[in-house]
Amino acid sequence: MYKVKVYVTLKESVLDPQGSAVKNSLHSLSYQEVEDVRIGKYMELTVKDTENLDQRIKEICEKLLANTVIEDYTYEIEEGVAQ
Amino acid sequence: MKFAVIVFPGSNCDVDMYHAIKDELGEEAVYVRYDEQNLANYDAILLPGGFSYGDYLRSGAIARFAPIMAEVVKAAEAGKPILGVCNGFQILLEAGLLPGAMKRNKNLKFMCRPVTLRVQNNETMFTSAYEIDEEITIPIAHGEGNYYCDEATLATLKQENRIAFTYADNPNGSVEDIAGIVNEKGNVLGMMPHPERAVDKLLGSADGLNLFKSILRNWRESHVTHA
Repeated sequence: MYKVKVYVTLKESVLDPQGSAVKNSLHSLSYQEVEDVRIGKYMELTVKDTENLDQRIKEICEKLLANTVIEDYTYEIEEGVAQ
Repeated sequence: MKFAVIVFPGSNCDVDMYHAIKDELGEEAVYVRYDEQNLANYDAILLPGGFSYGDYLRSGAIARFAPIMAEVVKAAEAGKPILGVCNGFQILLEAGLLPGAMKRNKNLKFMCRPVTLRVQNNETMFTSAYEIDEEITIPIAHGEGNYYCDEATLATLKQENRIAFTYADNPNGSVEDIAGIVNEKGNVLGMMPHPERAVDKLLGSADGLNLFKSILRNWRESHVTHA
């Protein structure tokens, strides 16, 4: 078994309205050092042993988990997760 | 003319769409479930608004893989008129039938009110009953209607005159005030405002009715057989 951690965020070139609102809120709490906030999604997949795992996770991300028109994704694969 | 109104789990404007066709346009409308697999008998396909699959993951992201969507793609390729409104537009974007994507509204609010739209292109099968630059009042009801596409796509949309409607006063941050676009062939229209909610003066506006009349008129022109 593997645990796959997927992170989806808006592309750098795409304005993030939620991130801007949170940044403004942090500034009003006097955390002026925060320059930018980007909000994304974190997903955990528990995946059975399979061939071409890396390729299949990529497919999963591109087909469904991320909309690559506006989002980027990264993932980490952890091996040997206890059931 | 026979219209299919696609019903996904979580659609909530399907009845409005049905009413617009059946009672206001006076044509045949049939509800078609998301898990059906045949649209061959319909002349036009309507994807209504709502919150298909609870908007989980992203608006329209899960609905685009519903069994009926393969048929919607086929119908699009066959040149049938396909109208996606609000969540229906989001589904068309996710399905890749239209370019771009939706972001949260710029002000992060769900907005539900009538807005003024400008008809940018009245040479489509959805807009021919309008005047060019005509201003019409149509309600919006969305939290994620902030249309985004990259600059190259925007240039193409403009060059090919594929922006059907723009907002007179941009409510959500959409690029170039875009409210509705058509595909390359011109038979798929996606728009965030709800024409089906503006088909009778009692509803506050009847300005949406010309959209459905356009579809009907264009269909008749291409299907009339002279005896």
